[in-house]
Amino acid sequence: MKYIEEFRQGDVATELARRLKAYAGRPVNLMEVCGTHTVSIFRHGIRSLLPPNVNMLSGPGCPVCVTANADLDKAIALAREPGVILATFGDMLKVPGSYSSLREAKAEGADVRIVYSPLDALEIARENPTKSVVFYAIGFETTAPAIACSILEAERLGLDNYSIISVHKLIPPAIRALLDSDDVRIDGFLLPGHVSTIIGSRPYEFIADHYGVPGVITGFEPLDILQGIAMLLDQIIGGKARIEIQYRRAVRPEGNVKALEYLHRLFEPCDAEWRGLGLIPKSGLRLREEYASFDAERRFEINGPPPREHPGCRCGDVLRGAATPPECPLFAKACTPEHAVGPCMVSSEGTCAAWYRYGR
Amino acid sequence: MCLAIPVKVIAIEDDMAVVELGGVTRRASLMLVPETRVGDYVLLHAGFAIQRLDEEEAQETLRLFAEIAAAEEGL
Amino acid sequence: MEDRILLAHGSGGKLSRKLVEELFLPPFENPILSRLDDAAVVNWGEGTARLAFTTDSYTVKPLFFPGGDIGRLAVAGTVNDLAMMGARPLHLSAAFVIEEGLPLEVLRRVVESMRCTAEEAQVTIVAGDTKVVERGFADGLFINTSGIGVVPEGVQISGSGARVGDLVIVSGPIGDHGIAVLSEREGIAFGTSIESDVAPLNHLVEAMLGASRGIHVLRDPTRGGLATTLNEIAQRSGVAIRLDEESIPIREGVLAACEMLGYDPLYVANEGKLVAIVAPEDAERVLEAMHRTRYGGEACVIGEVIAEPAGKVVMKTKIGGTRIVDMLSGEMLPRIC
Repeated sequence: MKYIEEFRQGDVATELARRLKAYAGRPVNLMEVCGTHTVSIFRHGIRSLLPPNVNMLSGPGCPVCVTANADLDKAIALAREPGVILATFGDMLKVPGSYSSLREAKAEGADVRIVYSPLDALEIARENPTKSVVFYAIGFETTAPAIACSILEAERLGLDNYSIISVHKLIPPAIRALLDSDDVRIDGFLLPGHVSTIIGSRPYEFIADHYGVPGVITGFEPLDILQGIAMLLDQIIGGKARIEIQYRRAVRPEGNVKALEYLHRLFEPCDAEWRGLGLIPKSGLRLREEYASFDAERRFEINGPPPREHPGCRCGDVLRGAATPPECPLFAKACTPEHAVGPCMVSSEGTCAAWYRYGR
Repeated sequence: MCLAIPVKVIAIEDDMAVVELGGVTRRASLMLVPETRVGDYVLLHAGFAIQRLDEEEAQETLRLFAEIAAAEEGL
Repeated sequence: MEDRILLAHGSGGKLSRKLVEELFLPPFENPILSRLDDAAVVNWGEGTARLAFTTDSYTVKPLFFPGGDIGRLAVAGTVNDLAMMGARPLHLSAAFVIEEGLPLEVLRRVVESMRCTAEEAQVTIVAGDTKVVERGFADGLFINTSGIGVVPEGVQISGSGARVGDLVIVSGPIGDHGIAVLSEREGIAFGTSIESDVAPLNHLVEAMLGASRGIHVLRDPTRGGLATTLNEIAQRSGVAIRLDEESIPIREGVLAACEMLGYDPLYVANEGKLVAIVAPEDAERVLEAMHRTRYGGEACVIGEVIAEPAGKVVMKTKIGGTRIVDMLSGEMLPRIC
């Protein structure tokens, strides 16, 4: 398969790994921001190819993991409303909120449907004119433009029974928050390849310019990741930080201008609560006033008990890179993929899930 | 956090395309990359093409990999 | 444990096992059931004859999918459970739970498919039952088949038989059935030429047993896929299994569909494949015998049995790394992340 197999060649990987093993500099922490990078790293066994003085930290780029309990509770409450069909990506189904999960709500009779695309949700809205379809809009800058398009399409079709709960989040503010916190030293960032196809490389410049930390925008195939790590180590050895693009076949410095145009037309930045990182100003997306009728939170009154956290759960620390999964008292005991207490274990790319499945 | 896969555009009608990977086809919206043409490769995410793949850049990266592989054989 | 049944309890992974071990085993407790093999093998009569007995229910949706249908699945599935114990399948029963309103033509097609498959497997359907339930309660049609077979003398095959040094063989490319069924379901519309591999494997098993007495384990990797089945074997036998990713046969279309949905082909269901764990000196002979059969043409070695880490499956990846291959947790869901 083109653009996939060529980036999984074993002989190239062997040589790249050999060069990485030759790194003899100081021990470094490299953070892979993006959850999909975490999955790829574990799935291809990349950790086993790295030298001991290169430590990979998993960052908060997993929209499932960083969704706060309150944001999940809202979706669950809406799903339980009679006449509502809650459409969601499969990723969110098993994530525990304060009291329940979408999966449990579904088992109890709520109309929760898994979709692959917001266009599927639109289709459901067309087929069910007497019901209200609410799309649970998670994801970063990669996904938000697609959601924006679905709303424009709903407008075009004259659908009045389609709305979204936006829990979209933005990556650059989260990286800034990580760099501002003193918890953990990050020597380099493997930056998210697909978020960057939309936003380009410029929004990350501050990482190198202001904080002096290298960043490499990296693809997701194993050779991309090995090369991305090599490029970070080269920068660290060279002593001068900058933002580089490894994923050149997909990322342009200016990003996808059209996608950004749609994103900004429909959404505006707002403060957002990130599990593990707390409130980060201007790190979320909210629908603009002109599109308020498509905002489920403004359309519906959502009632429910106040959100609460699970005692003992250290998802927040794990997300910041301040703790590894085994350091959480619940890991592999009270918290397993079948009975997840926190989202880091539920998400297919959650750090704890990856450790549990691949690393023990 | 973003599963997007490289697919080939094999048909276009208005702003919807039929895309293909390994013999499997799906429909995808081209609203975000309206300049796409049949034969282009795009990244597919959540039913949308989010960016076109640059063949030249891909070849450049692969050329680099080929050099690296040659170095390995030379050892 | 949760206080309600979830769909995940039926997906063949950890939750399914937990349900069986915690809810069903204790009240029914007996040594044969506790083995949790594909079929029960019981002594019969005065001599050394052994009977294999199994049951399975089929709830697949949609009823008809590329390469097969619920009828073929119902016959092949039960025939295969018997064959996995080394038994020669003889007779099946078929019980139908039919939803009010199902067109008779649909039922006729399903039954014809069962007839065909039974003929191919050389088994007879000797008992049956029919129930009709109200509209909305059976997804059209559910089928349960039970089967009996005879285990030849000297054949001892079970999930706990794997030994360090054994080789792991798979009879052909994995993931076909799961992807074929998925491609027909609404909501996940993709076009593909992948067809279900559903097939009765008893003749394949017979050929293998004819070639060697060193076959220690036979299992068909159905729900939960190859990964789940190998984990179960590793746990039951107290060994580890080391796979070579490069050697695992997977059709391009299955790989592509999995990439699109974020699925891992190791966890996708198969209905016409088997995994065999054989003594290393017999592997060549067994493969040759498999290659001469209808469903074993692409059989190959994909790994070996080692001692550590006991109870686990590890894999050398295509790029030379190492990773653990866990059991399926709950159902696989399409993801965007």
